[in-house]
Amino acid sequence: MSKELIRLRNICMAFDDELVLNNINLYINDKEFLTLLGPSGCGKTTTLRMIGGFTTPTSGDVLFDGVRINDVPPHQRQINTVFQKYALFPHLNVFENIAFGLRMQRRPDPSDPRKKTKIPEEEIRERVMEMLEIISLKGFENRRPDALSGGQQQRVAIARALVNRPKVLLLDEPLGALDLKLRKDMQIELKRIQQQVGITFIYVTHDQEEALTMSDTIVVMDKGSIQQIGTPEDIYNEPKNAFVADFIGESNIIDGLMVQDKLVQMYGRQFPCLDGGFAPGEPVDVVIRPEDIDIVPVEQGQLTGTVTSVTFKGMQYDIIVDFKGFKWLIQTTDHSPEGARIGIKIDPDGIHVMKKSQYSGMFGDYSSFSDEYDELDDASLALDEEESGDEE
Amino acid sequence: MKNRLSRLAVPYVIWMALFVVAPIVMIVVYAFTSAEGGFTLANFSRMGLYGVVFFRSFKLALIATAICLVIGYPVSYMMSKEGPKFQRVAMVLIMLPMWINFLLRTYSWMSILENNGLLNQFFQKIGLIGLCNALFGTNLDYFPMMNTQGAVVLGMVYNYLPFMILPIYSVIVKLDGSLIEAARDLGANGLSVFRRVILPLSLPGVLSGITMVFVPSVSTFAISKMLGGGTELLLGDLIEQQFLGGAYNPQLGAAISLVMMVIVVVCMVVMNRFGEGEEQAVML
Ligand SMILES: Nc1ncnc2c1ncn2[C@@H]1O[C@H](COP(=O)(O)OP(=O)(O)OP(=O)(O)O)[C@@H](O)[C@H]1O
Ligand SMILES: [Mg+2]
Repeated sequence: MSKELIRLRNICMAFDDELVLNNINLYINDKEFLTLLGPSGCGKTTTLRMIGGFTTPTSGDVLFDGVRINDVPPHQRQINTVFQKYALFPHLNVFENIAFGLRMQRRPDPSDPRKKTKIPEEEIRERVMEMLEIISLKGFENRRPDALSGGQQQRVAIARALVNRPKVLLLDEPLGALDLKLRKDMQIELKRIQQQVGITFIYVTHDQEEALTMSDTIVVMDKGSIQQIGTPEDIYNEPKNAFVADFIGESNIIDGLMVQDKLVQMYGRQFPCLDGGFAPGEPVDVVIRPEDIDIVPVEQGQLTGTVTSVTFKGMQYDIIVDFKGFKWLIQTTDHSPEGARIGIKIDPDGIHVMKKSQYSGMFGDYSSFSDEYDELDDASLALDEEESGDEE
Repeated sequence: MKNRLSRLAVPYVIWMALFVVAPIVMIVVYAFTSAEGGFTLANFSRMGLYGVVFFRSFKLALIATAICLVIGYPVSYMMSKEGPKFQRVAMVLIMLPMWINFLLRTYSWMSILENNGLLNQFFQKIGLIGLCNALFGTNLDYFPMMNTQGAVVLGMVYNYLPFMILPIYSVIVKLDGSLIEAARDLGANGLSVFRRVILPLSLPGVLSGITMVFVPSVSTFAISKMLGGGTELLLGDLIEQQFLGGAYNPQLGAAISLVMMVIVVVCMVVMNRFGEGEEQAVML
């Protein structure tokens, strides 16, 4: 397919003896939309700044097109950045902000290749206008940045970074300051721009829904280490460990035992599944997504439990069910009253078995659901839309 | 509600009227009055005599302001690059002389610059004066430094330099670091980052620094009196003489003050117009 453009090899980064990045290995293909996803403080910005040239790794190599660029300063890299707070130059108007990178460029003089010349004014004008077209801000060229809305400033920041025709665009939570509605629009807009200009985007976010909608590849990070790399589908359907399962969408994570290939035991009962490759009798974490659980009459259920709370969510009901003290979240379109005894059935492809990890036992129990409830944002709602769409 | 609150401002308004507006009105009235009390423009027509003093005052103040800028900008810039501890110490060192009385500080320069003062003794010791005599065939016992325009400028620079450093420093130190990173990211080398981003964004600080050095420099009289020995008469001295000195003529003094004020205000307005765009941008 497309070729490799950037590689991070055995990257470690320490600030004052505190290890912030721990042995990062990652390659990024040309024209890829790659997202670094993880909770606050996990090292996303640090990774991005390393690619941009604003910090040098304590150890390890940054390769660009196969060449080591650890010590190449930012202004000599074919990489541009959209900063988290846009960092538009307040003393320059929109036109001059976008033209900034072009005015900095020197290239060989066509008449005398040994000499370097500036880009001629007409070409600058042409290219800035072309960018204004792409970001749909024609007619705004004389405005100062402070006379633009957040979304407009954001687009100017993108245009300013793109005008130099970099091979890679780095975006550090570029939509963080926008409201939900605008953020959704800009997600689509960004994806469109990426396809239009056809370059690599490396995108940082801590919003899992944003990552799932926009990316070709998602890199899930926590505590300075990469937890999983994969397509959005991979990450959602086949999380590598409890952290990923919990961070991406909603998950019930249950202790289990692998009986044999394609058979896992929970609560002393055996469930057919699709996973294999574990030692017989190996303790595992089992992930079951709330929307993969069917409610059935008690006598037909693989497990039976008591409904402890029901919440109407518009698209579906969020039901908390107590199975022997461990509470599950089930999302269903069928209403079950509080206190009812219900049975559940899980299809083999709804059961995901993961190896035990440092995160085992930390996530996936909905006993404290009411606390977590506030954190269930629209992100998970939107996901469910997609899911239920698939089922129909 | 609004009325009740605005009543609280009454003392302040009285204060302003008494100590700011009234003196200015008095200056204007005096400037157009003859010694007998009638209306006259003679005070202004006589001022041509003092053209040379006007010229000298503005010249020395301009030189002092320029020197303050040349010293103050790099100092502020470098200070802002250092760690917070260094910045605190440097700030105290810059402010320290200002806690000592202005006149005392200037007096101390007299004993440094005098013919047999500290500096000349030092030059004598290291043989600089002898060397100079040998090289240029002069016959000096000391370098005459007191009572020169140079000494006056030195006094101005010494006294007003902090007023240049402080506003520039406070603008630069607040500059958003991500703007500098953005410029570098877009291909600017160190020099371009400075010229295209740091310098234009620190212009408001430079403008207020210039104002804060130029205005007191152009109207000073103590510095020129002490370090210029009265030979390098400045506007401030001239005005002082009209009110307190032998040449008692308050009407003329008021006219000179008025003209000086008008010139200074015009200069400042023009300059701030020029820097307005930047200022607005930084306020954002
Ligand atoms: N210049 C620095 N000096 C010391 N520690 C730093 C520095 N920059 C980052 N860190 C530390 O490195 C860790 C990772 O920071 P980083 O900014 O990469 O996180 P992040 O994933 O971008 O988080 P967020 O989502 O909050 O932006 C944090 O613990 C942070 O405190
Ligand atoms: Mg960050």
